[in-house]
Amino acid sequence: MTRGLEAQLSGQVGTLTLDVSLTLPPSGVTALTGPSGSGKSTLIRALAGLTRLKGQVRIGDETWQDEGVFEPTHRRAIGVVFQDAGLLSHLTVRGNLDFGLRRAPQPHTIRFDDVVDLMGLSGLIDRSTARLSGGERQRVAMARALLAQPRLLLMDEPLASLDPESKALILPYLQALHQSLSLPVLYVAHDREEIATLADRIAVMRAGRITSMEDHAGVPSLEGRSRAEIEALAQAALDAGLRPRVRS
Amino acid sequence: MLEVIWTTVRLATVTTVLLILVSTPVAWMLARRRSWWKDVLGAVLSLPIVLPPTVLGFYLLLALAPQSPLMALLHPFGIRSLAFTFTGLVIGSMVYSLPFAITPIRNAFEAMGEGPMEAAATLRASPLDAFCSVAIPQARRGFASAAILVFAHTVGEFGVVLMIGGAIPGQTEVVSVRIYQLVESLKFNEAHLLAAGLLAFAFCVLTVIAVLDRTGKAP
Repeated sequence: MTRGLEAQLSGQVGTLTLDVSLTLPPSGVTALTGPSGSGKSTLIRALAGLTRLKGQVRIGDETWQDEGVFEPTHRRAIGVVFQDAGLLSHLTVRGNLDFGLRRAPQPHTIRFDDVVDLMGLSGLIDRSTARLSGGERQRVAMARALLAQPRLLLMDEPLASLDPESKALILPYLQALHQSLSLPVLYVAHDREEIATLADRIAVMRAGRITSMEDHAGVPSLEGRSRAEIEALAQAALDAGLRPRVRS
Repeated sequence: MLEVIWTTVRLATVTTVLLILVSTPVAWMLARRRSWWKDVLGAVLSLPIVLPPTVLGFYLLLALAPQSPLMALLHPFGIRSLAFTFTGLVIGSMVYSLPFAITPIRNAFEAMGEGPMEAAATLRASPLDAFCSVAIPQARRGFASAAILVFAHTVGEFGVVLMIGGAIPGQTEVVSVRIYQLVESLKFNEAHLLAAGLLAFAFCVLTVIAVLDRTGKAP
């Protein structure tokens, strides 16, 4: 069986002590939620190799980090969508999309035209990034991350800076993305609707550790549950993240 | 007169190109590294702004003269002295204009922040690749300002070139020194011509910088 992501990471970043053990299946979206400052973004950065912590990170048969091994960010097959999109302002939309694609090793399984169609970018392709709306910027960021041919997609609250209207407009794109992808996706989110629409599983992070809603190991699967059940679980996950931790 | 203008333009061009090449990695290091010695190095590199040009010129003259330890290092390559040579003038001009190159480029790199370089790394760009394909293009206005300032500053320098250049026609005689010599020999009409040319040049430079600054701030 193909392995997904296996990560054990620990270390001190500012005042936060992070100690995380995380396993993701080879495909599907895992929503990561929890209060501000609980270490979600730090975990995303550490998986991307942007913040250096101790531990192991393995994806499939590749080791990105272990004792004496630390692959720098540019050697990790990742796609990262930042909260502020992080588009390269000196390039057009096409320039941003091409940036990762040109550097990704052949063969390219995720194709330019498919991603442009999927994210509805064909009308924006030659536009300057300065002339994009917030929602358009995030769609470009997602398309760009995919075209880098990632084995792991990390999304750090990609919709947090958008107003409810823009969020509603972008969610169908994310759903389409979700259905067409077969790679592990770690998706940091605070919004119940977002989690319920996209997530296959929910993980809750508190004070630098991943806990599930009931504080047992692993993260609950949402497969086969009704929409109402998923929404209730999403809310419970958010509540759990925001509740003071009573058990270790 | 054309010869003097040509020497000046040649000096300013060579100085600008070399100084941008030298300043880019230094500005990058100063913008990215967080360390106590960064402030010390920044202060040392800014010294030419506050030092009187004659002081700078005097020390440069000593450094480029045949007896200096620096020239002793170049003796095996057949170089005895660089004082009163075009190469010496280029070195002097580079030292004199160093802060004018480093400051705008460093500011541009600092304004860029960590975000674009991190985004480039997640898109598989190595640090050198990201530096060339992201940092330099994003800091292009800083580079333009630096190039214009260095060129203009070199054209306008007087004290340093007089000290280490010696005003040798066709080699080290530049416009600013020629104006001084023309005034000394009471040739005011010729002096006017060159002075007015420099005035117009300075005005154009400041206009270009103002336009660059405005377009840089535009959304």
